[in-house]
Formats: sequence, structure tokens, C-alpha cells
Amino acid sequence: MRIGILCSRIRVEEKLLFAELERRAIAYERIDDDEVIFDLNQGRYAYDVVLERSIHHSRALYALKVLNDAGVPTVNTAQVADVCGDKFKTTQALIRAGVPTPRTRMAFSPASALRAIEELGYPAVLKPAIGSWGRLIAKVNDREAAEALLEHKEILGSYHHSIFYIQEYVPKPHGRDIRAFVVGDECICAIYRASAHWITNTARGGQASVCPVTPALADLCVSAAYAVGGGVVAIDILEAPDGRLLVNEVNYTMEFRNSIQPTGVDIPAKIIDYTLAAARR
Amino acid sequence: MNATCPECDAEITLPAGTVEGEIVTCPDCAAELEVISLDPPELALAPQVGEDWGE
Repeated sequence: MRIGILCSRIRVEEKLLFAELERRAIAYERIDDDEVIFDLNQGRYAYDVVLERSIHHSRALYALKVLNDAGVPTVNTAQVADVCGDKFKTTQALIRAGVPTPRTRMAFSPASALRAIEELGYPAVLKPAIGSWGRLIAKVNDREAAEALLEHKEILGSYHHSIFYIQEYVPKPHGRDIRAFVVGDECICAIYRASAHWITNTARGGQASVCPVTPALADLCVSAAYAVGGGVVAIDILEAPDGRLLVNEVNYTMEFRNSIQPTGVDIPAKIIDYTLAAARR
Repeated sequence: MNATCPECDAEITLPAGTVEGEIVTCPDCAAELEVISLDPPELALAPQVGEDWGE
């Protein structure tokens, strides 16, 4: 079996995945996204499966599309990367599948965005539709802040910042949110991410602790994973003050280094199991 | 295995198991460095965060 792993930087996660393959004495090929050339005309790639671990959304998306079109199974698929890499597409997929998610508006001009913010009420959250690690996400507390932020986005931002993705702010009564990991049909584990800051990404200093996977949480997470196309995904969930669980985002190339120790779950082994099962035979 | 920090010239010891493409932090100047070669050991300044990076 020929296994490819598409990588950019070798983070702790990639080293753990390599180590898991080496522990099983399974050969693999690192595909460096700085080096790789896809011959689109020839269109044949000698992999039985490719595990995508690039940190670049655009590179991942195009590489997965090329591989899938050539019949190479990938973890995840190009379709999943396309949906999860864009917050608008994720929200749309969740809503269509009936998965609870925060109230969201989309608008294309600063004036309509301001009206959308006021419809949702303050505070509201503005996010770039494409982007991650919590970057350029803004909590807008009042009209003056909204007007300033919209003007800045219009003048200083790239075109993507003129697609206004506006979400209700869900207060975090416990100062935390949930990140749950889904591999195939199973929610394998979950962590709470606690932070005094309203952005709780562990990449931004949020602290991880184990979150019990209740049947309700597992159902919600697997439904969210199916909504975006399934595979190996991490689901970000907000706990609303009334107790509802709302799916905020779905990540398709998840970082998991901070989740192995608190949960005791061997996440890289589960990812490798799934990848091997996805390979063409 | 030792390499030199391209930012501050400090001598950096790379632990066993270091692989090409890995990111290390210089203990002296805190620069993020990418391991671009193991034989000989060589470090370069890691690229800044790109617009489409990460999860």
C-alpha cells in the first residue's frame, strides 16, 4: 500500500502520525507542499490513500481535488475541505442538516452588514469566512465599534473581508467551549477549552481538560461531521446559557496535541486506523 | 546534533528524532526556526503565518 502524507510544517501532530505509522512498520511518503508538482494532464498518482496535513487551506483544497479526481482516496476529501475551510459553507451545511448552530447573517456591503449586526443585537461576532486559529475574529459590542470595524474591513481588508459573516455572540457561562473529535462514525473524545479570553483556541492559550462524551454530545458531533461530508474532523461547540449545544465550526485538518493527555485517547492511532481503512485496494 | 541560529548565531542542540520541516524555537532569541536540513544540520527563519493557515 502506498500512503502519502501531505505536509507543510512538521508540527507535533505530524510527528505523532509518522511515529504511529513507523510503530506499525508501515511505509509512507511525505509529500511536501512546498515541493510537490501535480501533472494535471497526466492525472495519475501512485497513492492508495493520502492523509492531508497541510497548514495551507488553499493548497490542501487544490491538492485534494486533484487527488480525488484521479481516484485517490484522501483523508479528508476535497469536498470536506471545501465546506470546512469556509465558515459560510460550514454554517450552510449545518443548517441544511438541521444541526444547531448560532444565528448567522451574511451581507455584502458595510451598510447591510451594519443592519444585520443590529438585527442580531449586540454583542455580535464578525468573522472572516476563510481563516483560522481565531485570527481576525472580532466581537462587536456597540454601534460605534461596528461602524469603525466595518470601515476598516472595507478599506484595509482584502476582498474576502467584504463578505460579512456575522454571528450572534454566545456567552460562555463557564468560560469555556468544547472541542470534540470525530473519526468516521464515532466521537472519539472531547475537551473543554477554558480561557479568560472570549477566544478559546488552544493555539491562542486556551487550557484543555477532558469533557465527557455524553450520548447527546456524540450524536451532535457525528451529525455535524456527516453534515460537512464526514471523515476525521474536530467540532467546536458552544454551550449556550440555556444549556443548548451549538456547533460553531468544523475543522478538517485538526491539531490535537493538547487533547491526547487530558482525554487519554490515542488520537493519532485512530486517524491512522481510519486512513488505512479508506485506502483503495 | 548542533546547528546555528540564523537570527542570533546561538548554538542550538537539535534533539534526537528531529525531522526536516520541523519548527524549533531558538532558546536565546526565541526566533521560530525551520529545520531545512539534517545532514548537515541547518536552520532557517520559519515563514510568517500565511493568510490561509491553520485550524
